[in-house]
Amino acid sequence: MGWDFLPSALDLARFQFAFTVSFHFLFPAFTIGLASYLMVLEALWLATGRGVYLDVFRYWLKAFAIAFAMGVVSGVVMSYQFGTNWSVFSDRAGNVVGPLMGYEVLTAFFLEAGFLGIMLFGLERVGKVLHFTATCLVALGTLLSAFWILSANSWMHTPQGHSIAPDGRFMPEDWWAIIFNPSFPFRLAHTVTAAYLTTAFIVGGVGAFHLLRDRRNAGARIMFSMAMWMAAIVAPIQIFIGDMHGLNTLEHQPQKVAAMEGHWERQYGAPLILLGQPDMAAEETHVLLEVPKLSALILTHELNGETPGLKDFPPDARPTNVPLVFWAFRVMVGLGTAMAALGLVSLYLRWRGRLYDTRPFLRAAVVMGPAGLIAVTAGWITTEAGRQPFTVYGLLRTAESVSPLDAPAVAASLLAFILVYFIVFGAGIWFLFRLFSQAPHEAEHGPEENEPIRTSGITPAPAMRHAAGGPDPQP
Amino acid sequence: MEESLPLIWAILIATAVFLYICMDGFDLGLGILFPWFTHKDERDVMVNSVAPVWDGNETWLVLGGAGLLAVFPLAYATILPALYMPLILMLLALIFRGVSFEMRFKAHTPSARTWWDRAFSWGSYVAAFCQGIALGALVQGIRVENRAYAGGWWDWLTPFSILTGFALLVGYGLLGACWLIWKTEGPLAAKARRAARVLGVATLGFIGLVSLIMPFLQPTFFERWFTLPWMLLASPVPILVLVLAWRFFRAIPATEAREAAAPQDPTGRTFRWRDGAPFLYALGWFFLSYTGLGISLWPHIVPPSITIWEASASPSSQGFLLVGAAVLIPIILAYTSYTYWLFRGKVRIGQGYH
Repeated sequence: MGWDFLPSALDLARFQFAFTVSFHFLFPAFTIGLASYLMVLEALWLATGRGVYLDVFRYWLKAFAIAFAMGVVSGVVMSYQFGTNWSVFSDRAGNVVGPLMGYEVLTAFFLEAGFLGIMLFGLERVGKVLHFTATCLVALGTLLSAFWILSANSWMHTPQGHSIAPDGRFMPEDWWAIIFNPSFPFRLAHTVTAAYLTTAFIVGGVGAFHLLRDRRNAGARIMFSMAMWMAAIVAPIQIFIGDMHGLNTLEHQPQKVAAMEGHWERQYGAPLILLGQPDMAAEETHVLLEVPKLSALILTHELNGETPGLKDFPPDARPTNVPLVFWAFRVMVGLGTAMAALGLVSLYLRWRGRLYDTRPFLRAAVVMGPAGLIAVTAGWITTEAGRQPFTVYGLLRTAESVSPLDAPAVAASLLAFILVYFIVFGAGIWFLFRLFSQAPHEAEHGPEENEPIRTSGITPAPAMRHAAGGPDPQP
Repeated sequence: MEESLPLIWAILIATAVFLYICMDGFDLGLGILFPWFTHKDERDVMVNSVAPVWDGNETWLVLGGAGLLAVFPLAYATILPALYMPLILMLLALIFRGVSFEMRFKAHTPSARTWWDRAFSWGSYVAAFCQGIALGALVQGIRVENRAYAGGWWDWLTPFSILTGFALLVGYGLLGACWLIWKTEGPLAAKARRAARVLGVATLGFIGLVSLIMPFLQPTFFERWFTLPWMLLASPVPILVLVLAWRFFRAIPATEAREAAAPQDPTGRTFRWRDGAPFLYALGWFFLSYTGLGISLWPHIVPPSITIWEASASPSSQGFLLVGAAVLIPIILAYTSYTYWLFRGKVRIGQGYH
């Protein structure tokens, strides 16, 4: 046929899924946290009447509208890709994961889409209370969405509550067991917390950027202060949750943990390999730097505890790309530690009253702005690449899940996805950066000066200020 | 109860897809009309008229996809690979379109705005055309062996599917024009009325053409339309299409007369139920065409071989999701209606929601 130079249709389909889902998740990772942040800001505005909260609310509402739209359209792709590229998986597992995704649409997507319009455009029409309700419902929608999709995802990692029909299809037997499968509570807590931290670091990075230019900027101070509280309190909690998730993985997917650790042999008192390179051909890890006994201590809470190695499992049941799992895990943990460290330093600076004018610290916060996004992506790569070679762990192989596809068709669609994603989302992200480069200011009202159409929209700031009983902006 | 689950779900999925066609149809239609509405103010009003609701409109498409996976997984696993290319193209087009909704208002230069306008318009064209092609390709039949798609990569591309592609383009354009008649006034509404007349005639033409070809695509289709007792059920459909056509072409000038008679109210939002009449009649055509399609396909979900019972998920899956759907769909419809009601009335130049 002349198409032999292409990778196999399976590899192309896998790469396409990895590419589209990684790109997609950047947006929910940001909007899940941002929706809740907007809810808190609006609540603070309603409770205190201070206009600056409304200003910060509006500042981030613009970013939310763009990020949410990009999340929606990249998410529609996901809901169809199961069928186009993974039709055998859809047929075999559709009975179980389908209803969970159905519930996601019914409880979350409609709620978000239905009230987003009011949240974006309706403050003038519905009044403060109803508008706040809409903001809360959008935030609730993002969390419900996380609940259902993570339940479906977790079931693929730790399947239970089903039977297997003679034709190989997974049949639901106990919905409670399916939804609350063993890895779900940990994955949900870990992911939602990660989304909150992602948003906190973006907000903190933007706040720090503007504090570097003008440390008196009231909006930037609020952003930065709130973000650093999150970093100081939530990042350590996240490390704790991550540890529990890891122990859960050790129980249910030991080969994934072995790949994360770079351990090939079952051993007692295993060292923690900080840096090294797993070698799949030689079935060993070339260690550069390790801490004795620490891996055993983390995984078993005993200095001489027993931990699994990859060689415990037949080669066709081990993760297919051990170095990827190994390195993605290190990126996630490294960034998580850096985030907690930043939070710790912020506590000290806050106590000394120098939070807003320690320039090296502000610069560090700017650099750490995308840390959450990178960490969350690395975390997903760890868990998903670590689930290979299965789609439904231990039961359905990835190679058996794929559609009867021709490599050229998948290659063409993959190329189209890459092109379109880079053009469209590149433009969207570029716009977000432009937005972030503008300082938050008083009487924030969204529209540009040259956009008459929007000046009479939701955001006639002085009128709102008046309605809020707050002080009028300075002339 | 268990035996009727597939039937209930077939009706629910069909309803979700129809609601999608109704709701995203008119906002895709606005993009289709863009080449004839070139002024910035016109385009702003057009986009503003759907800005608060388009997101919800598109969610029905996601429900169609996720719902199909949940309750008719075999249909999902065979239709989607069969329609691989048109569906992927449609998704890519929807990406362009969805993002340009937000971005065109935030463009900083006229040329950036022009490009986002193009993305919006081309995205709407490609999405609508691909949906039409997908519909045509489904109706023609999908070859399935051993629970998997067994056809080739270009099976979807036939003269008939291209015809249905153009039919849906024109039909969505009509819905867009009728929406504008309802939601705008003055010169923009006048232009929309002219567009609606032309597109109305064209839509009727396409309905006629597709209806003439359909019965000859598959023997079962022919039986449905030309043998008793099915014929009794099917025959009112074309008659009702003509009745609606008569009403439609009378309703358009009536909106004009009302606008001329009503005093201009510069402060309030003008809202007239009856200006929605052309929109409603156009939707009526869609409903009848859709019903006609259902009559032809029944009881197959993947023609010509897989019925809704064969494609069904287990009763446990269908039942579990039905509980949620029974509670949630009425709530969804309620708050969706509320949003539409909240943003009712004519949208004016310089008075957007943005």
